[in-house]
Amino acid sequence: MISLKSVRKTFRVAKRQAGFSRAVKALFSREYELVRALDDISFDIRDGEMVGYIGPNGAGKSTTIKIMCGVLTPDSGSCSIDGRTPWKERIAHVREIGVVFGQRSQLWWDVPVADSFQLIRDIYKVDGASYRKTLDELTERLDLNEILKTPARSLSLGQRMRCEIAASLLHSPRTLFLDEPTIGLDAVSKIAVRQFIKKLNAERGTTVILTTHDMQDIEALTERILLIGKGKILLDGSLAELKKRSPEALDMTSEEMVAALYREFKI
Amino acid sequence: MKPYFGIFRLRFINALQYRAAALAGIATQFAWGFMEIFAFAAFYRTDPGAFPMAFSETVSYIWLQQAFLALFMMWFWEGDIASSITSGSIAYEMVRPADLYVRWFCQASANRLARAALRCAPILLVAFLLPAPYRMSLPPSIGQFALFILSAALSLGVVVSFSMLIYISLFFTLSPSGVRLITAVLSDFLAGATIPLPFFPEPVRAVVELLPFASMQNMPLRVYTGNIAGADALRGLLLQIFWLMMLLLAGRLTMKKALNKVVVQGG
Repeated sequence: MISLKSVRKTFRVAKRQAGFSRAVKALFSREYELVRALDDISFDIRDGEMVGYIGPNGAGKSTTIKIMCGVLTPDSGSCSIDGRTPWKERIAHVREIGVVFGQRSQLWWDVPVADSFQLIRDIYKVDGASYRKTLDELTERLDLNEILKTPARSLSLGQRMRCEIAASLLHSPRTLFLDEPTIGLDAVSKIAVRQFIKKLNAERGTTVILTTHDMQDIEALTERILLIGKGKILLDGSLAELKKRSPEALDMTSEEMVAALYREFKI
Repeated sequence: MKPYFGIFRLRFINALQYRAAALAGIATQFAWGFMEIFAFAAFYRTDPGAFPMAFSETVSYIWLQQAFLALFMMWFWEGDIASSITSGSIAYEMVRPADLYVRWFCQASANRLARAALRCAPILLVAFLLPAPYRMSLPPSIGQFALFILSAALSLGVVVSFSMLIYISLFFTLSPSGVRLITAVLSDFLAGATIPLPFFPEPVRAVVELLPFASMQNMPLRVYTGNIAGADALRGLLLQIFWLMMLLLAGRLTMKKALNKVVVQGG
């Protein structure tokens, strides 16, 4: 059970015009701008739900995910995940969650993937028998057999992403956060990743929260969509419900519909 | 302890792979060692009595320093920690159920130990086989050797906990080059890396020997050569323990502060 109430987060960003004289001026006085990344975000997610979190670049998707993972501390508001506040009980909280940050890597660059997995096993203290079982299952489903002995630096993006997802599931988390897990993947890898996540949710009841810009991810995976823009939750409902909002939307592809929504909300 | 041992192990494995870097390092250390010893030899030739350390002590000091360079030099740097802060991959380290300070401490010590393990044997072997005045001598007694091991371990702790402060400063400055350059030059000079501390003029030396830097390579190297022995050695070890505690405490406190205001760079 995930519950966010009135979560706010602002970042202070240094701003200045380009150019030499401005750069010199900035040596003496800096201008900062407060960017309101999250402005009163509230929602609830039940156990076993699969939720798509969408919105344009810079809307606050990743910030929300990072708050729910205990990486960032919000300015105000509350967040409770299985009864814990992520940033206050970070270590107990992160033991129960898995995270994939699609734009970063958790694998050690120069050693075989299997060594990185071993470290993750040590960190989460997964016992031998259940580790073997989980690893075998992940190896089979994500087709990792050939690549476990390869150093991460030699993997293709699709291979690496499959390893990243496996790495985030080695400790069998109850909740899985996926921050753009299909970014840059080819069609085959995308489909493989989607099928895997779908199965994981159906069989293990893992709660999945997914951010993506790929509407096919959303169509394939999630029953519920949260639309965020300029730091606020704008819509909360199923894809079908979103399509029913206006008569034109019925003939649109999901992609066009989302673009229309972004225009409608001017985000 | 298992998670931290896992990190130690993987960092060790990772550092062991860079054979070419180790060979280049060994070559550099030989060249540097000979250069320093020849320079000292020229000075000693004018008046051996004018120096605070016997020539054989100075020779052992230099060879030992070159063999274990990776353990004690402040300019030696764990790039992975620095880049995880400045690039934002720290997000992944924060979703692990492990204490980040302890984790980085293990990682940095493993890196130093692995690199020292790769490099020390050939240097020590040659240093023990060289012709007489340039040969490295054995420690004066077994007891003294035991003190050396103890002091070397404490010295590694002091060096790593001091570098932790520099890594933590990256949370606030983002660019490692400035802080790193200043601290490396200053602390290596005050630790006796450029010239051993007994060569410092008397009033300066009295102060410098109390600073945390004197608890770095200065102690183990001089204990090995017998330059510091008996009650002086015990007092030195106590001072090392004191500085280690202080630096650990300072690191813990600043880390706590830094993590509360963490910002993940790059989205």
